[in-house]
Amino acid sequence: MNEETIQRILSRYPDRRSALLPLMHLCQEEAGYLTEEAMRELAARLDVPPTQVVEVAAFYDMFRLKSGGRCEIWVCHNLSCALLGAERVIRRLEEALGVGTGETTPDGLFTIKRVECLAACGLAPAIQVGPDYYGPVSHGDVETLVARLREQLAGSDQRAASCDRL
Amino acid sequence: MSEKILTKRFEISGYRGTLEEYEASGGYQAIAKALKEHTPASLTEMVKRSGLRGRGGAGFPTGVKWGFIPKDPELPKYLVCNADESEPGTFKDRELIMRDPHQLIEGILLASFAIGCRAAYIYIRGEFIAGARILEQAIRDAAVRGLVGKDILGSNFSLDLHVHRGAGAYICGEETALLESLEGKRGLPRLKPPFPATSGLYRKPTVVNNVETLSNLPHIVLRGAEWFSSIGNPKSTGTRVFSVSGHVRRPGIYECPINVSMRELIFEHADGMRDGRRLKAVIPGGSSVPVLTEQHLDTRMDFESLATAGSMAGSGGVIVMDETTCMVRVGEVVSRFYHHESCGQCTQCREGTAWLHKTLRRIEEGRGRTADLDLLLDICDNMKGKTICPLSDAAAMPIESYLKYFRDEFEQHIVDRACPFQSAYSVPSIIAS
Repeated sequence: MNEETIQRILSRYPDRRSALLPLMHLCQEEAGYLTEEAMRELAARLDVPPTQVVEVAAFYDMFRLKSGGRCEIWVCHNLSCALLGAERVIRRLEEALGVGTGETTPDGLFTIKRVECLAACGLAPAIQVGPDYYGPVSHGDVETLVARLREQLAGSDQRAASCDRL
Repeated sequence: MSEKILTKRFEISGYRGTLEEYEASGGYQAIAKALKEHTPASLTEMVKRSGLRGRGGAGFPTGVKWGFIPKDPELPKYLVCNADESEPGTFKDRELIMRDPHQLIEGILLASFAIGCRAAYIYIRGEFIAGARILEQAIRDAAVRGLVGKDILGSNFSLDLHVHRGAGAYICGEETALLESLEGKRGLPRLKPPFPATSGLYRKPTVVNNVETLSNLPHIVLRGAEWFSSIGNPKSTGTRVFSVSGHVRRPGIYECPINVSMRELIFEHADGMRDGRRLKAVIPGGSSVPVLTEQHLDTRMDFESLATAGSMAGSGGVIVMDETTCMVRVGEVVSRFYHHESCGQCTQCREGTAWLHKTLRRIEEGRGRTADLDLLLDICDNMKGKTICPLSDAAAMPIESYLKYFRDEFEQHIVDRACPFQSAYSVPSIIAS
């Protein structure tokens, strides 16, 4: 992590512990997931007991405690999306990538993740990849979407392809 | 068509919500006016008179909430904008952030001036990656022009404003869980009292206001409390940005007077039911509220009217379902969500949400028992009014309402030992939860 960035984040809060979530996001963007080493470093840096850092990491859905695909495909399976065929979209996506939900493709590119409401119900059934929203996704659109994501990943280096960079 | 207020700029051709565009269409005049003509007390009074109520879910009067903040100028205080938008069926805050970020920032400036705080945070849900970027850029642009930071517009009012991303937890939309999360902890709701107004962020007086609530403020300041309260009815004033989704022809956000009828919202704004099907059920305020049916279509969408009809206005997330929808399956999806999102602090919620989901799932999969329907009601009864935060109630109330209006359907699942719905929209039950 860049020291300047860390200092900038710390300066936002009167209590350094508040920097925990922002710094976790940063660590995850760099390594693809929250490594044990990163969590230990954060604990020391912010003066938070290491067990509490792990507790926080486990509480929030977006934090990954093990490595996954370079690109996480979030598919909403909440009500508005379910009403319009989210389960069929998920099934088609699993077929297209040859892996199940929560699994990573053998080439290390994609992980499919079922997620709760993305606040994109107007696009239902909705998919989110990094900052981008896709929808309404018909099950016929799934292959096109996967092809487009493959292209994006091929055209960028490992770091830039980390999908939730902020 | 009634006048739009918060989404009016969305209609300007090519409007992208930049600082220049916002200013060119009257932006940041409200904060300039307030700094010249108002004291914090008179601004608070004005917002009280406007009748503005929180648009996040609870509908608490905004000015009254501000009024609870101690007046001691030496005491640090905070304003936190709740941009955690995660109530299923709600997607208006995302649009307000993406398409007009400066309207929100100006609202934050006004609220901060009124409560006398020098630091404010926008707690934005972690998944809103693009929204967080847009807000950070907008804050930088505003700071360059002296609209955020020290001595705003040459006054002695200063405000530091920061964007803070969550990381995926529905419960962080509950204000005390949000504050815990902002302090770098798990989002476990706090026992109240003390309320955030006396002991909030870092145990200091704090106001938490929703994105849409704050976005109303510049308009109230410029056009007056009386103008605002002339829209709607005496108890629910102004417009509301409704999110309409589900089986309608034109899902999207629609800003209407807060007391628009459900019929007008669904059949005029959202263009009615898709594929010529018949309306079966409407969740009028996000998945946490009781369902309504065709007989309620002439109900108005304001807080009181929906309460009288037996539901709640909630977050304004309207989910419309047609005749092909299986209400047991709806219950299964909704209960799975609350089970996943329960923070686990309170036994009634932690265990109740799990039992609700488990029971609904077996009914949907054709393994239900006759006693299950009373069991569901018994679980719901044990979940309500007994926990630290309202998530437990939010999980129980919808299920009770599905049973109230669609008990036949639940019984049919049990008798047939299968789900009777087969349609283009029906989908197999979920394998993994």
